[in-house]
Amino acid sequence: MDFQLDDDQRALKAGVRELLTARFGHEGLRAAVDNGPALDRTLWRELGEAGFFALRLPESDGGVGLGLPEAVLAFEEAGRVLLPGPLVATHLAAGTVDGAATGETVVAAVDGELVEWLAEADVVRGDAAGAEPLRSVDPLTPLHRVPASTEPDPAAVLRTSLLPSLFTAAEQLGTAARVCELAVQHARTREQFGQPIGAFQAVKHLCAQMLVRVEVARAAVYAAAVTADPLDVAAARLLADEAAVRGARDCLQVHGGMGFTWEADVHLYLKRAWVRTQRTGGATQSEDALADDLLAGTAQ
Amino acid sequence: MDLAYTEEEEDFRARLREWLAKVLPSLPPKPSPDDWPGRRAYDLGWQRTLYEAGYAGLHWPVDAGGRGATPTQHLIYLEETEKAGAPYVGANFVGLLHAGPTIASEGTPEQRARWLPPVLRGEEVWCQGFSEPDAGSDLAALRTRARRDGDDYVVSGSKIWTSHAEVADWCELLVRTDPAAPKHRGISWLAMPMDAPGITVRPLRTLAGSTEFAEVFLDEVRVPVANRVGAENDGWRVTMVTLSYERGTAFVGEVVACRRVLGELAREARGNGRWDDDALRRRLGRLNAEFRALWRLTQWNVSESQRTGGVPGVGGSVFKLRYSHARQELYDAAAEVLGPEALDLGREWTLDRLSSLSYTIAAGTSQIQSNIVAERILGLPKGR
Repeated sequence: MDFQLDDDQRALKAGVRELLTARFGHEGLRAAVDNGPALDRTLWRELGEAGFFALRLPESDGGVGLGLPEAVLAFEEAGRVLLPGPLVATHLAAGTVDGAATGETVVAAVDGELVEWLAEADVVRGDAAGAEPLRSVDPLTPLHRVPASTEPDPAAVLRTSLLPSLFTAAEQLGTAARVCELAVQHARTREQFGQPIGAFQAVKHLCAQMLVRVEVARAAVYAAAVTADPLDVAAARLLADEAAVRGARDCLQVHGGMGFTWEADVHLYLKRAWVRTQRTGGATQSEDALADDLLAGTAQ
Repeated sequence: MDLAYTEEEEDFRARLREWLAKVLPSLPPKPSPDDWPGRRAYDLGWQRTLYEAGYAGLHWPVDAGGRGATPTQHLIYLEETEKAGAPYVGANFVGLLHAGPTIASEGTPEQRARWLPPVLRGEEVWCQGFSEPDAGSDLAALRTRARRDGDDYVVSGSKIWTSHAEVADWCELLVRTDPAAPKHRGISWLAMPMDAPGITVRPLRTLAGSTEFAEVFLDEVRVPVANRVGAENDGWRVTMVTLSYERGTAFVGEVVACRRVLGELAREARGNGRWDDDALRRRLGRLNAEFRALWRLTQWNVSESQRTGGVPGVGGSVFKLRYSHARQELYDAAAEVLGPEALDLGREWTLDRLSSLSYTIAAGTSQIQSNIVAERILGLPKGR
């Protein structure tokens, strides 16, 4: 039993981080905000070349031949930098939709009431009939709303939402870890009353709670990546959603007045975390599934 | 990342399960919670049973009479004994998990020979004399004074929150031997016989109505210098060395127990109709996520301590902050499931709910744990 990443996994995580920091650091993020919701196709192809979308495809099919844990690490890094675009939908389309694996084709998926990046996508999976654009709260995620379909079978939803929900949880984990770092950096350098605000217990405890949420979520997300069990994924999703949303809220609070500005990055993390909570396999579905599990008696 | 147990570990689990199934049905009935002599006899009897089967001191080093089990084997032991409904460590807690390991690590050969075997065989009970009325979170501010007089220390002061004091044979006692030294440097660790003249034990009633703890008053109690473990004035380090044996296993049984209670809550709610309340049902679902994650975090911490050879981690503080809160949430949810019956002390969950209130206080309050996480992991500056 070992939760440590092996050497290859560490190298993969470091490689993805290096690529993303170089190509989508703070400047890249702000440029994307200023340019409006247009997808950077060059970056998308670079992600494809780096194997982001083909990560789990067998090598015989031109893929990288890795598994769920590795994909989760890559999505965690994407979540750290708020990488925009329909990453989950395109990754899941690799091997099925031509060009998805290489980043030539951008794929959007309709698997709930909201569809991300519908207008920018080359291929749309699912029924987008009647989709209406809305003014997305997240400047980096254009959203359409599709008419609600009839209530689907919860067990079936849990099965089909397994991978999208796991990768969403991984992105939320990356965001949660990042906002914790940002809060700590600010708390160590910002001085008031003659000392760094991080020396005040009120601020210190906010930061400690952020880290606790990150570490609990990390244990759940990594375990779910290994077991691929629907209930483990449901649990991971709940905890990662919480870690990201509450973490971003607390990060905003620690930043004080600056946290309320457009100029500071904090709001971008919070808004993306909100958007991700609405994806398939979210709170209600996960809670229902985990409640039923208690009666099924498999909880032990 | 590999969550599988090794073949050896699965084998250990299978043999343990088999043994538990054989031995548990023949246990005597549990004594009432107020019957301290009965509880002592019951807990020591269980320890004796473990000893005879070769499970005593599982995680102790072999040269101290233990089995030298890995942290993962210890986790499996705690998981399986809890699932099987085996007795808790009870009165053997301090001996097996604190005083014993301290003596094993820091004691002389004579001290090890005198004190360790009776703990393993279930013959002697230890209690802990650390906290004082004016030294709680700030433990190093303790004032109980030990003055040298020939071959004895003469000890005066008072201790608080001492579990099992009424039935203990020995007390691991922190005393101030040098009042002039900085507070961490004037402390010594003594093994005090609980039958020495000058000791008064006064049971302390908790808000749950039970007497789980006691105050211990010390009036010129003579403790032989030979009972000091470690050098004079080195007691703080001696104590911290033992705490660093923490292998992430501290709450294994409790997390398993919480998951069982959660299942029972769901069945109770279905029985009394409250399961149809969406908000309550989802709250239970969320708690399922919580305790599943806490179990994974436990496995993570244990595997980490196995990898690093038991090096102390601050991961324990992260875990304790979340777990203590989650346990309180669990019993608040239980109260919602019970409805008016939540006020009936005849319901086990009502008492458990009251007991859970100590979790965010005992063994380092959540506020102290938050400071530890913020300063030692996140590197935030110390402040007032």
